[in-house]
Amino acid sequence: MTKKKIGVYVCHCGGNISDYVDIEKVKEAVKDEANVYLLKNTLFACSDSSQKEMVADIQTNELDAIVVASCSPKLHVPTFRGVAQRAGMNPYNYVQVNIREQGSWAHSDNPKGATEKAILLVKAGIARAAESEALTSSKIPAANVVAVIGAGVGGMRSAIALADMGTEVYLIEKEKNVGGHVANFGSLFTTDKMGYELSANLLSEVKKRENIKLFTNAEIVEKKGSIGNFDIQVKVDNDVLPLHVGAFVVNTGFDSYQPQQGEYGFGEQTNVITLPEFKKLIDNSSERLIFNGKAIKKVAYIYCVGSRQNDEGDNKYCSRYCCTAAIHASVQVNKKFKDVTNLHFNRGIRTYGKQELLYEESSKNGDIYLQFSLDSIPEITQKGGKTFVKVKDILSAGKEVETEADLVVLVTGMVPRENSKLASQLKIPVGRDNFFNEIHMKLRPVETVIDGVLIAGTCQSPKNILETMNSSMAAAAKINSVLTKGEMTLDPTLAKINPSQCTWCGKCAEACPFDAIIQTEFDGRIVAKINEANCKGCGMCTPVCPTDAIDLAGFTNAQIEGMIDALAE
Amino acid sequence: MASNGQPKILVFSTEKISDPALDLAGLLKKHYPFTIYTISVPCSSCIKPRWIMRAFDKGFSGVFIAADGTDCSYGESCGEKTSQVVTTTHQLMRDKGLKPSQLKMAAICSVCAEPVVKHLTGFMKELEKMQS
Ligand SMILES: Cc1cc2nc3c(=O)[nH]c(=O)nc-3n(C[C@H](O)[C@H](O)[C@H](O)COP(=O)(O)OP(=O)(O)OC[C@H]3O[C@@H](n4cnc5c(N)ncnc54)[C@H](O)[C@@H]3O)c2cc1C
Ligand code: SF4
Ligand code: SF4
Ligand code: SF4
Repeated sequence: MTKKKIGVYVCHCGGNISDYVDIEKVKEAVKDEANVYLLKNTLFACSDSSQKEMVADIQTNELDAIVVASCSPKLHVPTFRGVAQRAGMNPYNYVQVNIREQGSWAHSDNPKGATEKAILLVKAGIARAAESEALTSSKIPAANVVAVIGAGVGGMRSAIALADMGTEVYLIEKEKNVGGHVANFGSLFTTDKMGYELSANLLSEVKKRENIKLFTNAEIVEKKGSIGNFDIQVKVDNDVLPLHVGAFVVNTGFDSYQPQQGEYGFGEQTNVITLPEFKKLIDNSSERLIFNGKAIKKVAYIYCVGSRQNDEGDNKYCSRYCCTAAIHASVQVNKKFKDVTNLHFNRGIRTYGKQELLYEESSKNGDIYLQFSLDSIPEITQKGGKTFVKVKDILSAGKEVETEADLVVLVTGMVPRENSKLASQLKIPVGRDNFFNEIHMKLRPVETVIDGVLIAGTCQSPKNILETMNSSMAAAAKINSVLTKGEMTLDPTLAKINPSQCTWCGKCAEACPFDAIIQTEFDGRIVAKINEANCKGCGMCTPVCPTDAIDLAGFTNAQIEGMIDALAE
Repeated sequence: MASNGQPKILVFSTEKISDPALDLAGLLKKHYPFTIYTISVPCSSCIKPRWIMRAFDKGFSGVFIAADGTDCSYGESCGEKTSQVVTTTHQLMRDKGLKPSQLKMAAICSVCAEPVVKHLTGFMKELEKMQS
């Protein structure tokens, strides 16, 4: 039913909006719009005093919808939904209109145009509010239990953080041992702590907590349900265990890039090895650095192998950890062994933050840095049983430099770990770089579009240990804040099917990526029906329906077409 | 038509991905013509051809779909499904004597401030040429 008593608030945002948009003109232009009952301007709509005034307005005037014309919806939708709710109005009868980012700021060069645009945007907002429907979020009980998948250093950190906040944790690791990559490392940057010690310390913290149950040799084999209430089957050794959890924190980590056969001589020349192999060699050698029975005096490191690739390669990203890891290895070499020369063939060193100190140390040790670009990569050749590396060094005006090397270390980057089974079980979106994808790198960095499935650590993007820990704790805090209440509010902006218009052709079910469309009976016919627990409100099903039987709540034909008509004025 | 005689463009942006790019353009004061108006939806593959046709009927000269492309958080099929919406609409447009070039689509991610402004100003220029 059309809303007839709409309150409209036009915000100055200090001067952010009103310096360019003539607020009085906007008010004048919209005051006679149908269904506008109350119209005000406000210096800061989001301020406490304005919010209180809105609550009072809604209550005294018995408004049935409100429009706030201010900043981007990304900022204050929860704020004004809260206002509506406190005033006893349905939060979905509030509409946000963006006259700042897409008004006053975008058109600060043209105040007249910015004002004209703001008028139409507000009118469109009023049209949308008029057709808005009260939507009710249903509440369901939620289990304050999290399955943390992967017990590398990230997963163990997530588990500990969750347990300390009172959440029960199942820590599920597919290998026999925990700790992931770090458990196999000796000295680490930037603290020189031992990797295996760090891993063992975390494990002992895990074991101290009664509300963490660790399963090794374990993998999820089945998942059903939605946030707050997932039922999973976990295969532990040869048994299958049913568990009930509220959410997942996926901490499944990375793999090291495996060079192609022949890439910088890899697989063809025995003295071409990867950085993880070299780290092991350093850890396992004492006094002298020996490889294949030969003393190593000159090490050539080739950077960015498998990272920062050109159009022919898949991995366009920088792996972040490897500049520092390679330099750290060279510093270790200098500490542990005498008379070894380190030659770093790099593409610009990326030792950000405190890691820069290691770069400085290595430079002071006399390490040599040569820089190349992708169109002229180092060449590795064999002459008379010796290995040579040749490069055009950018740092000396492109001069060609050739040097002998006893060992070539390929500084290999991180790649996503093969985990397609898990990705399809949990429906985790995968990004352009093939790592798991968050909703927004800055605004919602550990959540995925699947409610209740969070990601952290290196399954999401290359990270060092500190960054892995930080994102793991962020994921733990985020999901604990949701589950700790013991109940969940479901988002009500879902698809809805008008059964009398549906002729069951199945096209919507085919289009839905979340298995959210099921069959039901209506008037003795089979028709489509939305399974609300699965529907994500993407609307993919709506344009494919030949009879236009599907509307998305909040984006109905009446609302969108009302907006189009207003904007076209 | 707007007061300055410029053509009007309706942009369909997506709440999580391409609308933030337009916000970012505003934040960076990257200007574009003010006769460009946005309606934001959850995913570009939910845009109904009838909405686009309604915009043309009511006087918009162009419609631009700022699609999610491969970044869509609802899954990889989004790009293909949005293209399908465009194909279907192009047919409806031809039937009404509209030029397919009046409907454009490009994948825009949340940090694409510069590219989205380029797309939109370029599209506006094309429409102005068409109009003259
Ligand atoms: C050569 C090298 C040197 C490095 N040196 C340093 C350093 O000195 N300092 C530093 O800060 N960082 C360093 N790093 C980076 C560091 O290794 C990572 O930041 C860290 O390992 C990330 O931890 P994680 O828990 O995200 O992933 P991982 O270590 O990969 O652990 C993931 C865990 O998840 C498990 N798993 C995967 N899939 C599943 C599944 N489906 N079900 C159940 N379990 C699963 C795996 O078995 C593994 O135990 C280095 C990396 C390399 C390659
Ligand atoms: S961290 Fe350094 S070696 Fe690794 S990909 Fe980035 S630039 Fe290359
Ligand atoms: S809105 Fe999206 S998730 Fe919901 S039924 Fe339609 S296609 Fe499926
Ligand atoms: S696409 Fe439309 S007609 Fe076909 S099953 Fe779905 S709702 Fe029914």
